[in-house]
Amino acid sequence: MKITILYFARIKEVVNYSSEDVDLPEGVETIVALKSWLSGRGDTWQKLFSGGGVVRAAINHELVDDMATFDEDDEVAFFPPVTGG
Amino acid sequence: MKTTKWRFFHLLPEAKLSEPVYLNVSVQPEDFDTGHELKQLKAATPQAGALVNFVGLVREASASGHLSEMVIEHYPGMTEKALQKIALQATERWPLLGVRMIHRVGTLTAQSQIVLVATTSLHRQAAFEACAFMMDYLKTEAPFWKKEIGDFGEHWVEARASDEQAKQQWKQPK
Repeated sequence: MKITILYFARIKEVVNYSSEDVDLPEGVETIVALKSWLSGRGDTWQKLFSGGGVVRAAINHELVDDMATFDEDDEVAFFPPVTGG
Repeated sequence: MKTTKWRFFHLLPEAKLSEPVYLNVSVQPEDFDTGHELKQLKAATPQAGALVNFVGLVREASASGHLSEMVIEHYPGMTEKALQKIALQATERWPLLGVRMIHRVGTLTAQSQIVLVATTSLHRQAAFEACAFMMDYLKTEAPFWKKEIGDFGEHWVEARASDEQAKQQWKQPK
């Protein structure tokens, strides 16, 4: 399944990507599974998703929790807790 | 940058269908003239007996030291939707006549205006409460991130637990 992933703020700086298109293996269709799959890329990713900091997610512009599922061509975003206002 | 203006009708049973709610939400790098914005909101909702507004500013100092700049990053596309959703939630909960929201993005200097939330209603309570409600939700649900730059270097602002608690209080029954 192909999706687009966006990264924002501190997370963008840590992973050094603002966006990427990925082709996921079968079975990776929830936020938690995607985090786990990305963690397999190495220490930086592992630390990002399993370290102390909270990583929030959105699917197609809607805030979601870890169990949310996405579909082909969806836009998934990872970012830290928001600090606007 | 994107500006959305639209009118719709109250879904509340007690609301009169003849009174559309005025909503106007903007995300922009440019500064705004608060006086002008309030005048426009007042003109758009002539039935109003109350107008409340909040303006958030860049502090000249943070816990880390003196600030030279604040950079506000956002998620284009999601930001506008998140603000509209917050404004709609407020209009469903209070009998508002109008809502104006502006949030700036990009590089701002100390004392710059960051955000404007303004509400109008027939009586003051709805306008006061809805304004506070929208700020509490904006702080915790709209995808903005602040980076502080100053004599201390630069760092991302951490989310505050007190902001989350402020939002939670709106979920408790009165």
